[in-house]
Amino acid sequence: MISETKVEAIHDKRKSKRIKPSHIIIHILLILLAIVCIVPFYIMIVYGTHTNADIASKFIFFPGEALIDNYQNMTENINIWRGFLNSFIIAGCSTALTLYFGALNAYGFAKYKFRGNKVLFWFVLATMMVPQQLGLVGTFRIMYILNLLDTYAALILPAAANAFAVFFVKQFIDGTIPDEVIESARMDGASEFKTFNRIILPMLTPALAALGIFAFIGSWNNFISPLVLLFSNEKYPLPVLVQMLQGYYGSNYGVQYLGVALSVLPIIIVFTIFSKRIIGSVAIGAVKG
Amino acid sequence: MFSKTLRKDTYGYLFIAPFFIIFLVFGLYPIMYSFYLSFTDWDGFTNPTIVGLENYLRLFGDFFFYKSLFNTLVIWIVSVIPQLTVSLVLAVILHEKFVKGKSIFRAVFFFPNIVTAASLGLLVALIFSWQTGSFNQFLMAIGMINDPIQWTDMPNFMRGLVSSILFWQYFGYSMIIYIAGLQGISRDLLEAAEIDGASKVRVFFSITLPLLKPIILFQVVTSIIGGMQIFDQPYALTDGSGQPDNSTLTSVMYLYETAFTRYQYGYGSAIAFGLFLVIVVFSIISFATMNARTKNEQK
Repeated sequence: MISETKVEAIHDKRKSKRIKPSHIIIHILLILLAIVCIVPFYIMIVYGTHTNADIASKFIFFPGEALIDNYQNMTENINIWRGFLNSFIIAGCSTALTLYFGALNAYGFAKYKFRGNKVLFWFVLATMMVPQQLGLVGTFRIMYILNLLDTYAALILPAAANAFAVFFVKQFIDGTIPDEVIESARMDGASEFKTFNRIILPMLTPALAALGIFAFIGSWNNFISPLVLLFSNEKYPLPVLVQMLQGYYGSNYGVQYLGVALSVLPIIIVFTIFSKRIIGSVAIGAVKG
Repeated sequence: MFSKTLRKDTYGYLFIAPFFIIFLVFGLYPIMYSFYLSFTDWDGFTNPTIVGLENYLRLFGDFFFYKSLFNTLVIWIVSVIPQLTVSLVLAVILHEKFVKGKSIFRAVFFFPNIVTAASLGLLVALIFSWQTGSFNQFLMAIGMINDPIQWTDMPNFMRGLVSSILFWQYFGYSMIIYIAGLQGISRDLLEAAEIDGASKVRVFFSITLPLLKPIILFQVVTSIIGGMQIFDQPYALTDGSGQPDNSTLTSVMYLYETAFTRYQYGYGSAIAFGLFLVIVVFSIISFATMNARTKNEQK
């Protein structure tokens, strides 16, 4: 990696001693596009610190002083931290299930030559093409039958059957884990499940880390499922609470901006720290797909 | 020895069993049950009564269903065409050596993709609201308009706004995928072509584009499946109303509204399967046209 950038640098020096105008234009366009992408987030943060009167009267560039007021106003109806906690519980547990059962299933398909292996694996792949909303009404029904309506479990349990996870981890196992590892574990007398839990699972860490990022983001941002399956305010995850801001504070814009900002800021912070990993995992997922 | 491996291989069923059990309960059963419900009338309280094809006949003549399909399609096309093209151009540019700050641009363009769609929808709604919206106030501040424009009353504008949110969220994602694909194309190949005198544009159309075809097809198909299910952005943007004049009412919003706010679960299920049929048809068409083109080029 380092040597590659060095080579690039040398290339650059040799090639472009004079700066081409087209290169400047391209940079300017890139910067403009970046600004367009960022401005709404800037507005969100700045407007969240202003009173409704300020917001109604003029275009605002700089932060105001109404942050605390807006915050206190918001907490009267919406417990945003509770929303965070709910989102964390739901996304965290969903991700754990997706990773463990995805890996378990992938390992079963990759290393055991049972009858129907290929057909069943194709079946798993085919389920990826089925739109999720097709079973929305039926999902509501099964959760009612199982007495899971208005519980976290209704959102968490289905995560154990994530077809993309199976596909992704199986690719990784096929490419990196030789049969010898399993054979030697068997020689040592380890049971099949012990082999998986103690030896295979740790070897899958790189794949699971990339997949985990995907799964967590997907679950964190899930909107329609909690909207359909949960009914109590204290159980709503963040996206649903943010949506409810409109109902509670229809004409109090400062509060709504603040609510949106609070829901987005943690994502900004996490992304600033882990952007390389997150983008990397998207790229890996796409190439494998 | 042979019998021993055979015995071990049946363990495979145990490893895949949990996934399949969960899938049957939470994946397959809901779809089958929705299919069954689409032939019934069910309000969620009493028992479903079978009504045969009535829901589908109603769907066939339902103005709002067609309108929602039309809205979904327009919103999707207006967002996906720039999404897939702009991102490709950006990927090629950010793959060039002379560009500075590549990783920052990549991060900034990709970032909206991981932000909650519901938050973005509400944010855009706030920015474009009538008297207090910052967009109107910005236009007034720079003197472009004297009075605030009521954007939320303009059907085409609001559809365009949904498309813009989708574009904003997905062009960076597409770009990352294209970049991953570009990294699979050897630089030597591209440089050899340039040394032979091919312009950058020529290299792009003659080498890069054909080699990226599988990735483009992958993106088109996944964007059809995703695009036909647009829900979060228009729902949050219009507080679930799909207004003005039902212009931002997408098919999944109509499905949600029918089943979960009007408690017509049978008809809601029929909408889901109607939409599914449309998705299947579109996927087949896009597959077929892409394949036909590849074959023509090979000739």
